[in-house]
Amino acid sequence: MNGTKFVLLLLIVAAATYGAAWAIGNAYVFFAGYIVLQYIALATAWNILGGYTGYVNFGTAAFFALGAYSTVVLHKLTNLPLPLMMPIGGIVSGLVGLGTGYLTLRLRGAFFSIATLALAVVVQTLITNWDFVGGSRGAYIVRPMKAPLLGIDYIQYLFLVMLGLVVIVLATARAIERSRLGYGFATIRDDEVAAEASGVPTLRLKLLATTLSGAFMGMAGAPLPYYVTYLDPASGFSLAYAVNGVAMPLVGGTSSWLGPVIGAILLGTLQQVATVTISSALNLLIVGLMLVAFVIVAPNGILGLFGAGAKRARA
Amino acid sequence: MPDSPLLEVSALGKRFGGFVALEAIDLAVHTGERLGLIGPNGSGKSTLVNCMCGTLRHEMGSVRFAGHTLNGLSAHERTRLGLARSFQLPRPFNTLTLAENVRVPLLYAGRHDTARAIDTHCIELLDMVGLADKSKRLPRDLTQIEMRKLELARAMAATPRLLIADEAMAGLSPGEVDDILALLIRLNEQGVTVILIEHIMRAVMHFSQRLVVLVAGHKIADGDPAVVVRDPDVVRAYLGE
Amino acid sequence: MEMSLELLGNAVVSGLLLGGFYAAVTIGVSISFGMLDIVNIAHPAFIILGSYIAYIANTSFGMDPILASVIALPAFYLLGMAVYQVYYLAFERRGDEALRGLAFFFGLLFITEVTLVLVFGVDYRLVDAPYIGPSIHIGAIELPLRLLVPCLVALAMVGGLQLFMARTFLGRAILAVAQDQLALRLMAANPTRIKRVAFGLSIATASLAGAVLIVIQPVEPSIGRDYIGRVFAICVLGGMGSFAGTLVAAMALGIVENLTATFYGPSWAPAVAFGFLLITLAVRPAGIFGR
Repeated sequence: MNGTKFVLLLLIVAAATYGAAWAIGNAYVFFAGYIVLQYIALATAWNILGGYTGYVNFGTAAFFALGAYSTVVLHKLTNLPLPLMMPIGGIVSGLVGLGTGYLTLRLRGAFFSIATLALAVVVQTLITNWDFVGGSRGAYIVRPMKAPLLGIDYIQYLFLVMLGLVVIVLATARAIERSRLGYGFATIRDDEVAAEASGVPTLRLKLLATTLSGAFMGMAGAPLPYYVTYLDPASGFSLAYAVNGVAMPLVGGTSSWLGPVIGAILLGTLQQVATVTISSALNLLIVGLMLVAFVIVAPNGILGLFGAGAKRARA
Repeated sequence: MPDSPLLEVSALGKRFGGFVALEAIDLAVHTGERLGLIGPNGSGKSTLVNCMCGTLRHEMGSVRFAGHTLNGLSAHERTRLGLARSFQLPRPFNTLTLAENVRVPLLYAGRHDTARAIDTHCIELLDMVGLADKSKRLPRDLTQIEMRKLELARAMAATPRLLIADEAMAGLSPGEVDDILALLIRLNEQGVTVILIEHIMRAVMHFSQRLVVLVAGHKIADGDPAVVVRDPDVVRAYLGE
Repeated sequence: MEMSLELLGNAVVSGLLLGGFYAAVTIGVSISFGMLDIVNIAHPAFIILGSYIAYIANTSFGMDPILASVIALPAFYLLGMAVYQVYYLAFERRGDEALRGLAFFFGLLFITEVTLVLVFGVDYRLVDAPYIGPSIHIGAIELPLRLLVPCLVALAMVGGLQLFMARTFLGRAILAVAQDQLALRLMAANPTRIKRVAFGLSIATASLAGAVLIVIQPVEPSIGRDYIGRVFAICVLGGMGSFAGTLVAAMALGIVENLTATFYGPSWAPAVAFGFLLITLAVRPAGIFGR
């Protein structure tokens, strides 16, 4: 299936998803669905760097929150519509990704990972000390009742916007997989020294992957303030994003775009359902345990259990 | 033969902490030449290759290739200039098929445009080393010897002007050695300069127009193969009495 | 703020003492990462675990926290060996340390933090000991015992480990593994067994470091994350496996952090560690080959 057909298929599935949610008629479906979609975008974004090139980002929360807080700043300063705020959130996170990468990607992958961990702490500290966005007290964002132009409930609008982002991110991930770029990424993951000797500009590609991954994470976080209406560092930098960003792709399978989708839908839905019955901390503990279990027992994730394995199918 | 050498190594030196791996290496390779490089294990042959190709940084000396100074250039830039190498210990891309392994250098360092041309060339390259029937397999299905052949195919896929074959024949049967030798000579006839690093003296003598000997990080001989192999220093250090 | 000499002097001295503590926190990583090349980002989690064990011993049994941690040392050592065994079987043997091995340690870090939240909640916990509170005064310089005792304990631990590494057969075997695993194998020694012991030691240090941590400051589950940047910055800056280097780097970080905290406020401490980390990474030799 070529790229255009895949995008069409995604659009059809997206439209069907929206239609189904609308038909059910319960606002909760949109609220819960938004979170699952957000995680699909986040997990796929992580996988573009982690799964394809093998460089592990533990600071998902930082990139995600930067997108959210960009929206807070833009909301206070301008009247931009959400679809324009998202690319800006993406640019902010993308630049931070580029910067982090530039400083650490010449060295072995472990240092990049450690830097992302430390980065998460630092960014959270900076935001917590920044009064303009509310600091530790948080910021209130008024969610409009109805969406501009479309007139639907705003929560449905958020759902739709996130659906759109998911289509873009998935289409990008799949396009990369099948392209010259995708081969370059794979060789970086398999043997970086041999990749260089084969003519692959590894540093440039790693920076590209880091920037793209960070940007998509920022875009996934950008609508959050409108969703939660109250954003403070504790929720913006929630441990949930840190662990899910890593767990969902690893549980689903990192070898293709489908893995993070499976992982996000599975873990995301589980958590949405479980939040009602158990505490959020216990919820996260289960995710953490699943991460460790899968990484030890099923290194290729759910995709691997069904034979898709480490070898990626190419058209 | 043109005036200036294709590859020119001047006073190259490399240390690992306190250990001197290479010292004051001068080497000139002319276009179209077939150079043999021999020496005991640990003499620095692979280190020299790594330094020339940019996988390792050397502290002293310089390397010039095709009129460009290579100092400061990354390995991939050097490959793109036309300097390719195979690895002594094969380093295949384990999650890619053989065809895909060979495709990567074609995509990134080769001189092709259409997908069809690349596809054809992939199979041709694998065919040259006798691996065409395994093009859809993964490297883990290969024997050690087949992995060496893949290494060579991958180096050739970068359409190099100069190819360094680092012990590509180790462990091959005499018939296979002849096959690879014939392949390298054919490449050379097509205009590719080749540096052959080997322990199999029969192959080295048959192949080389010039022979260089490296011992303990120093070049101790450089010249006509027949003369070099009778050099007493070479005999003492490497060939045996 | 007035930069009085007294304030400056005290900030430097406290920073030095803090640095000694940072050395204790880092020494485990100097062993696991610096010597064994195991990127154990979960090390701070084990430290926090040590803190909470010291806390329980202190509040439930009135035991001195540092004493409690010494008693807990064998348990941490065994835990370390168990963790390494899993890591070796699941990742090192498969060659998958770079992605899944790292994710494994991240998972451990995460699970530890969340479990502590579930069991103890997010409130700060502190211990009670006779040396928390009083200070020694030397002229205008104040030496809080709260900082001095941990620093001395830390120095004793680092010194003890240094002696162990240099003088005992096992210690020298660990150093050998750090330098050349292949040579060791050729000499028919089993590097896996030695690495297991070394990793066990590395986690054992976390027990003591944890007790020392909760003496210095109140502890809550998320504090571990603050230490990741610090610990790896110190390890790298100190020259990876070198204990003396770790000590010097730790004190340097302690002083700079404390000066920043004194003159610009304590909330900037993580930024200082991160800055240290970035500088040390930038100054390292470039290239994917070398360490």
